[in-house]
Amino acid sequence: MQLIETIEVGSGGAASIEFTSIPQDGVDLVVKFSGRSTNGANRIACTFNSGSFSWIYLLGTGSSASSNSGTNSSYVYTGDSDYTANTFGNTEIYIANYTSATDKSISVDAVNENNATEAIQVIHAVKASMSQSITSLTLSGSANLAQYSTASLYKITAD
Amino acid sequence: MSETPVKVIVDLSQPKGQRESIVPLTAEEIAERDAMAAQAAQDEADRQAAADALQALKDSAKAKLIAGDPLTAEEADTLVI
Repeated sequence: MQLIETIEVGSGGAASIEFTSIPQDGVDLVVKFSGRSTNGANRIACTFNSGSFSWIYLLGTGSSASSNSGTNSSYVYTGDSDYTANTFGNTEIYIANYTSATDKSISVDAVNENNATEAIQVIHAVKASMSQSITSLTLSGSANLAQYSTASLYKITAD
Repeated sequence: MSETPVKVIVDLSQPKGQRESIVPLTAEEIAERDAMAAQAAQDEADRQAAADALQALKDSAKAKLIAGDPLTAEEADTLVI
């Protein structure tokens, strides 16, 4: 696994982190994200240069479990400003065969840290319906990503 | 007046150290972001409502089992045997 780039959000926060011109010499892509929202939202959306999503998830809150499915952007859970100060959520997004011209299989696992009753752990299975390779990837919040939120993009190579 | 939110664009075709730029969101992007916030809030409310309803069914099923009362099919579905 080879690191392509790491980005840390600066002071004032940012609405999104957008990786463009992703190198096309890898087999799989991996995003590792540590984030916290600046308002009460505890998730962000992961989108690509094209494609629509269908997903199913299994989610635990610490006191209950649920599952759901949907067809919009694939969501990634992150830290929440209502949560314990300075806690961040951790997420890994694994995108298989990202340069292929067919649908992509994606898995997402995420947890957020909160020294209180609720802290979410979620596993997503995602199908991205698209007929081109992934050349850009955006992590965007419904609120700002807080300072020190960090996204690292890796590629898995065949050799 | 609040500041315009910004996005971090990372152009990976550029050499390291020259890839990152900070760009204000357009009005369209801000509208998309607001819509996403509304959708996220609705989805979370739906998730919470579903979890609360399931818990209420479980509580009712448990109370009926203890009292020896018949369960509804919905309550019985919450049991793991």
